[in-house]
Amino acid sequence: MNKGRGFRVYAFVYLAFLYAPIVLLPIFAFNDATIVSFPLTGFTTKWFVQMWNNAALGDAVRNSLIVAVSVSILATTLGVFAARATTRYRFPGQAGLLGMIMLPLVLPDIIIAVSLLVTILQLGISLTLKTIILGHTLIATPFTIAILNSAFQSLDRSLEEAAYDLGETKASTFRLIIMPLVMPGIISSLLIAFSISLDEYIIASFLGGTDNTLPLYIFSLFRFANQVPTVMALGTILAVLSVVLLTIAEYFRRRGIARAGGKDTGGFL
Amino acid sequence: MNLRKLFRSEAASGYLLLSPTAIFSIVVMAAPLIAVVLFSFMTAGYLKIIWTPTLANYVTLLDQPIYVTLMMRSLIVAAVATAATVFSALPIAYFISFFVPPERKSLWLFLITIPFWTSYLIRVFLWKVILGYNGVINSAFLGLGIIHEPMTFLLYNANAVVITLAHAYAPFAILPIFVSLEKIDRSLLEAGQDLGESRFMTFIRVTLPLAVPGVVASVLIVFIPTVGDYVTPTLVGGNNGQMVANLIENSYFKLGNYPLGSAISVSAMGIVTVICLIFLFLNRRFLRSRS
Repeated sequence: MNKGRGFRVYAFVYLAFLYAPIVLLPIFAFNDATIVSFPLTGFTTKWFVQMWNNAALGDAVRNSLIVAVSVSILATTLGVFAARATTRYRFPGQAGLLGMIMLPLVLPDIIIAVSLLVTILQLGISLTLKTIILGHTLIATPFTIAILNSAFQSLDRSLEEAAYDLGETKASTFRLIIMPLVMPGIISSLLIAFSISLDEYIIASFLGGTDNTLPLYIFSLFRFANQVPTVMALGTILAVLSVVLLTIAEYFRRRGIARAGGKDTGGFL
Repeated sequence: MNLRKLFRSEAASGYLLLSPTAIFSIVVMAAPLIAVVLFSFMTAGYLKIIWTPTLANYVTLLDQPIYVTLMMRSLIVAAVATAATVFSALPIAYFISFFVPPERKSLWLFLITIPFWTSYLIRVFLWKVILGYNGVINSAFLGLGIIHEPMTFLLYNANAVVITLAHAYAPFAILPIFVSLEKIDRSLLEAGQDLGESRFMTFIRVTLPLAVPGVVASVLIVFIPTVGDYVTPTLVGGNNGQMVANLIENSYFKLGNYPLGSAISVSAMGIVTVICLIFLFLNRRFLRSRS
């Protein structure tokens, strides 16, 4: 193990780099000063109280939840179709079609934002939360497909055939046999799509019209120095929330793989 | 009867099942992308678009130095950020793949992905706190007596953008490299050493070439979105760190010139595509030998 020591030290330094900003979050959320800088001046929970009493924030959170829940359901549904189609069937043009569907993974978000804005305005549709949902579903779908693909891939085909032999139809087989087996994958895909939408800024700012989502609201607060500690308090809560959500997602993803008897290859991507 | 058979065939079932997602992708992504290309050849009139195809927008982009300057800067900053991200990610991917026991690998990958899922905006803002005039680094160095006045070259320039992007895109670089390292047959490495290569030379001549597909994937997956990143240059870039996304946003919202904004978007996409194709072409030898 000696030869790995250099790498091990590097790995811990790298983790420190990755976690540096997140460690600062609670420190400033509980720091009794308007200006976010060192040295610290004392402990307070007033930023959390201020955050709680903020009505505009409440609206933004509500809008973000509407968008994120809709996106997680839509993107996961689209992901189920695509993952099932590409893992179960072979057909010409499959790679090309899937490539197109996965394209938002590498397309800069601002390009998606701009192209949807131009199209939506040209069609005379007004910008609301619904248009944000469209944009977010587009960028979240490739992630759901990546997760669901591994869930569908580890399915045993003979279970499905047994169901057909016993007289079940395609639809009832899907509902009774396949769905329960890929359920952990579906739950983890719902959670990932939810997190992606909840965090997205540029598409929401182009397609939101006058509707504010949480990231838009946070961005607007950065301009007011005295609001920054409130953002830190909010960020702390969001960070805790997303760690909890991800732990649940990871738990279901692993259970799904274990249930289908596959080998864990790790990671969401 | 024949039609029915066709309908039940494997290919038909596949198309039918993929169609909702494919149609969504065509309507919400492909068609709008085509619309942007069309728009880039139009002219912005007063409160309306003049529908006469023209190259005027592209001429403007080439004529006014600001557009060329910001495009060049975006490409350079994204290239440097990509290099920084991928080079710092390589040892981590190597460490997890070769030194971490199999049952602990998922835990390490999980640890790496967690920071990525906390609010991007707030993470970027916290880099401002770390790098700023009264920031963590300056106050620490002042306290230790290493410097006597705060360093100002940390924030509001391209350096800050590179550091922040390297942080934001870390998991995107690590995961593809890790996956390609995991695929390497370990007996090849033993064979290399049995045949008298040193451990270092085995790494250079066996491991690295086999890891190239992963490295290429992570370069592309980091480079393409970073060219178009908006939040990072806006928050930590300062006036000299603005990038092409700021230009696009500006022409859409401040100038209200949609055709010009579309022309910037299309040029950016075109240039990035060409660069990526050249990059893939240069690495074709390694990519082909894998498949």
